Amino acid sequence: MNEYLTLMKSELIITTIIFLLLIIKLSSKIKNDLLLLIIQTLLLLNLIAGFFFNAKGSLFGDMFHTNQLIALQKSILNLGVYLISLLFAGWYKKTEHLSEFFILILCALLGMNFLISSGNFLMFFLSLELSTIPVAILANFDIEKRISSEAAMKMILSSAFSSGILLFGISLIYGSTGTINFEALPALINGSPLQILAFVFLFTAFAFKLSIVPFHLWTADVYEGSPIAVTSFLSVISKAAIAFVFISTLYKVFQPMENVWYNMVVVLSIATMITGNLFALRQQNIKRFLAFSSIAQVGFILVGISNNSSLGTTAVVYFILIYLFSNLAAFGVAAAISSQTGKEKIDEYKGLYKTNPFLSWILALALFSLAGIPPTAGFFGKLFLLTSGAARHNYPFILIAALNMIVSLYYYLRVIRSVFIDKNEEPIEKIDLFSSTKFALIICTAGIVLVGLLSWIYDYIQLLSQ
Amino acid sequence: MNLLLLILVPLITAVALLLSQNRQQVKWLALAGSAIQLILAFTLLISYRNDVAAGNTEQMLFQQQYNWFPSWGISFHIGVDGISVAMILLTAFVVIAGVVVSWNVEKMTKEFFFQLILLSLGAYGFFISLDLFVLFFFLEIAVIPKYLLIGIWGSGKKEYSANKLALMLMGGSALVLVGLLGVYFSMPERTFDLLELSRLNIPVSTQKIFFPLLFVGFGVFGALFPFHTWLPDGHSSAPTAGSMFLAGISMKLGGYGCLRVATYILPDGAKEYANIIIVLSAIAILYGAFATMMQKDLKYINAYSSVSHCGFVLLGIGMLTKISITGAVMQMVSHGLMTALFFAVIGMIYERTHTRQVNEMGGLLKRMPFIISALFIVGLCSLGLPGLSGFVAEVTVFMGSWEHPDSFHRIATIAACMSIVVTAVYILRAVSRVAMGPIKESFGNLTDAMWNEKAAAIILLVGILAIGVAPYWLNDLIKPAAEIIMQKIALVK
Repeated sequence: MNEYLTLMKSELIITTIIFLLLIIKLSSKIKNDLLLLIIQTLLLLNLIAGFFFNAKGSLFGDMFHTNQLIALQKSILNLGVYLISLLFAGWYKKTEHLSEFFILILCALLGMNFLISSGNFLMFFLSLELSTIPVAILANFDIEKRISSEAAMKMILSSAFSSGILLFGISLIYGSTGTINFEALPALINGSPLQILAFVFLFTAFAFKLSIVPFHLWTADVYEGSPIAVTSFLSVISKAAIAFVFISTLYKVFQPMENVWYNMVVVLSIATMITGNLFALRQQNIKRFLAFSSIAQVGFILVGISNNSSLGTTAVVYFILIYLFSNLAAFGVAAAISSQTGKEKIDEYKGLYKTNPFLSWILALALFSLAGIPPTAGFFGKLFLLTSGAARHNYPFILIAALNMIVSLYYYLRVIRSVFIDKNEEPIEKIDLFSSTKFALIICTAGIVLVGLLSWIYDYIQLLSQ
Repeated sequence: MNLLLLILVPLITAVALLLSQNRQQVKWLALAGSAIQLILAFTLLISYRNDVAAGNTEQMLFQQQYNWFPSWGISFHIGVDGISVAMILLTAFVVIAGVVVSWNVEKMTKEFFFQLILLSLGAYGFFISLDLFVLFFFLEIAVIPKYLLIGIWGSGKKEYSANKLALMLMGGSALVLVGLLGVYFSMPERTFDLLELSRLNIPVSTQKIFFPLLFVGFGVFGALFPFHTWLPDGHSSAPTAGSMFLAGISMKLGGYGCLRVATYILPDGAKEYANIIIVLSAIAILYGAFATMMQKDLKYINAYSSVSHCGFVLLGIGMLTKISITGAVMQMVSHGLMTALFFAVIGMIYERTHTRQVNEMGGLLKRMPFIISALFIVGLCSLGLPGLSGFVAEVTVFMGSWEHPDSFHRIATIAACMSIVVTAVYILRAVSRVAMGPIKESFGNLTDAMWNEKAAAIILLVGILAIGVAPYWLNDLIKPAAEIIMQKIALVK
C-alpha cells in the first residue's frame, strides 16, 4: 500500500484536488475570488509536494513507472499550472465556470502525469487521450465566441485523427513484436519494414501533438481562438509533457532504430524551424505570433532530441523549464493587456513603454529569452540544445538551426520595436495588474534571469537524467 | 588585481542606475561608475606591468577559474595578457568619454545610461574571458543595448539601421557558435578553455572547416569586407555615445575575436586562408577609402573611413607576422580612440548646427575653436600624421607586412598604403569645408564646447597623444602576447 502512495503520489494528489473542487462546486456557492485563492493554494501545495518523497519504481506490471527525473518533469508541469492559475486572474474573475475550468485543467494534468510515467503503450494511449480531450473542451471556454468553438472543433478533430494514427501504429508494433511493454520492446525491435511503418505512424501522432511541420496546421487557429489561459496551457504544458514522453520513447523504446529516427528528426526539425519562423514573420495577432514562434521553438527542441544520449534529455528538460518561464511571461503580459483593453494586435502595442514600463520590460525579457539572447536563460537553453545536436557532428544541421535564430530575432525585435521605439498618439492605457498576476510575472522574470546563470540547476537535471 | 571587479563594477552601476530616482542621480552614478572603470583599467595596467617587470612569465595573468556548467567542461575562466589589457584600457577611455559627452541627453536618461553601461559590461567580460563559452556569452550580451540605443535614441532611418545591425551581428555570432561547437567536438577532451585548446593539436582538416566560420563570424563584428554593410547605417543612425561605443568598442570585439580565437586556436586554418584575408582586407581598405570620398554626411564619412581603418586590423592579422599582429592590435586601440573622438565631435557640431551635411557648413572654426580644433587633430590622426596614434599603428602594420618578401604580400601592402593618400583627400576636404570659408549667417551665434564636451574630447585626445608620442609602452604591452600567437603559427608546416 505504502508503495502505491509514494510512487503515485502526484497523481493521487491531483485526483484529490479534482474531487475537492467537485465537492466545493456542488455543495456551496463560493465567490470567484475566494475560490481562486483556494485553487491557487491547492496548486501551490501540489507543487511543493512534488519535491518530496520521490522514489524509483514501477507498478501494475510495469504499466506505471517513475523515477527522480520523471518526478522533476512532473514538478515542471505542476509549476506551469500553478503559474497559469496566478497569471490570468483578470480573466478568471470574470468567468462563470471557474471550478469547471480548473477541474478540466487538472484532468489534463493528471493525464500528462500518467503519460510521462507510462510504461506500456496501452497506458500511454489512455493517458494521452485523458490529457487531450479536456483541453479541447477548454478551448471552447469562451462559449459566446464563434472562434472559440471553431478552435475546439479543430482541436478535437485533429487529435481524434492523430489518435487513430497512433493506435494503428501501436497495433502494428504489437503485430510485429507481440508486446506493448516499453521494457520488453527494445530487445524485439530490429528495424524491419513493418516496424519502420509502425514507427512512422507513431512519429506522426507525436508530430501532431507537438505541432511539428507538416502537422502543425491546427496550431495557429486553435491558439488564436482559445482563451489565453488555455492557449498558454496548450503551448507550454501540453508541449512539455509530450516532449518529455517523446524523448523517452525515442531514446528507450526505439533505440535500436536510432539511424531511422535520427534522419527523420533532423529533416522535420529543419522544416519546423523554417516554417514556424517564416509564418511568425507576418503575424499581427500576438497570440498567433506566439503560436508560430512556439512551433519554431519545437524545431529547436528537436535539435536537442537528435542527440540521443542523456545530454539530449538534459538539454531538452532544461530548455523546457526556461521556455515555460519565458512563454508564460509573454502570455501573461498579453493576457493582462487583452483582458483590460481587448487589444491583441502587435501594432496596438506601440508606445507601451511610455505607459507600462513594468510590463514592457517583462515582455522584452521574455522575448529576448525566447530569441536566445544573453543574459536571459533562453540563451543557455538554446545553446545547450545546439551543443547537444552538434555532438553528432552534423554541422550543416546546426548551422541551419543557428541561422534560424537570426530570423526569429527579427520578429521578436518587431515586437520590441513596437513597444519601445514606435510612437503612438493613443498608447495602451495604464494596466492595473492583479497582485497574483504581478507575483507570477515576477516569478517568471526571476526564472528567466536565474535559471541560466545558476548552473547548478542544469547540473541537477544532468544528474537526474543519467 | 582582481579581474572580477571589471565585471562587477559595471554590473553594480547598472543595477544602481535602475534604482535611481531622478536624472541628476542617474548622470552622476554613470559618471562615477565609468570613472571607477577608468581607475580600474589604469590599476590593471600598472599591476600588469609590475608583474611582468617582476619576472612573471605566465601567458595570462591574474587568472581566476570558477566552475560553471561542469558537465560541458565550461568554467568561468578569466585572465589577461597584454592585448587584453590594451583593449580594456581602450574600453575604459571610450566609456567615460561617452558618458560625459551624453551629459545632456533628455530622452529616457536612465535607460540610456543603463544601455551604455551594459555595453561596457559586455566588452570587459569579452576581453577578459579565457573560456570560449563565456566569451560568446559576453559577445552576445551587447545585442540588446545596441539595438535599443540605435532604435530609441537614434536619428534618420534608425529602425532599419538597428534591425540591420542586430541581425547581421546575430548572423556573425551564429557562425561563431557553429565554429566553436566544431572546435569543441573535434577533440576527445571536451573543453571550451582557450588555453587548453591552444595546447591541443586540433586536426588540420577540422581547422580548415571551422577557421572560416570563426573568422568570418568575428569578422562581421569587425567589418570584414563584404560583411561591413551594417556599419555605415548603424553608426550614422546611432546617437553620439552610441556611435562612439559601437565604433570604439564593439567593432574591436570582432578584431580581438579574429585574433585571439580564430587565429590563435586554429593556426593551420589561419595559414591556409591568410591570402584570402589579405585580399579581403585590402579591398576593404581601398573600397572604404574610396566610398568615403563620395559621402556628404559627416557621420557617413567617419563610418566608411572606419571600414577602411578596420581593414588594417584584419590586414595585420592576415599577414601573420609578429610586428603586423602588434600593429593590428595598436590599430584597434588607436582607431577606437580616434573614431570615438570623431563621432563625439560630429555630435557636438550636429547639436549646434542641426546638420551633418558637409556642404551646408563652413567657417565654423571662428565660432567654435575648441570643437573644430579637435576635429582637425582627429582628422590628422586619421590620415596618419606622425605624432598621433594613427601613424604609429599603421606604420607598424606596414612594417610587419613588408617582412614577407614575395610579390603578393608586397602588392597588398602597397595597395593598402595607397589608401592613405585617399584618406588625406577626403579628410582634408571635409575638414576644410567645415572649418574654413565664410560663415553662414544662421551659424552666427553658435557657442563653443561646454565643460562636459571639452572633458570628453580631452580624455580621448590624451589617449591619442599618449600613443602617438610615446608608442613604446603600448608596443611593449602587446608584443609579448603577439609573440605567443606567432609561436603557434610558426609551428605550422
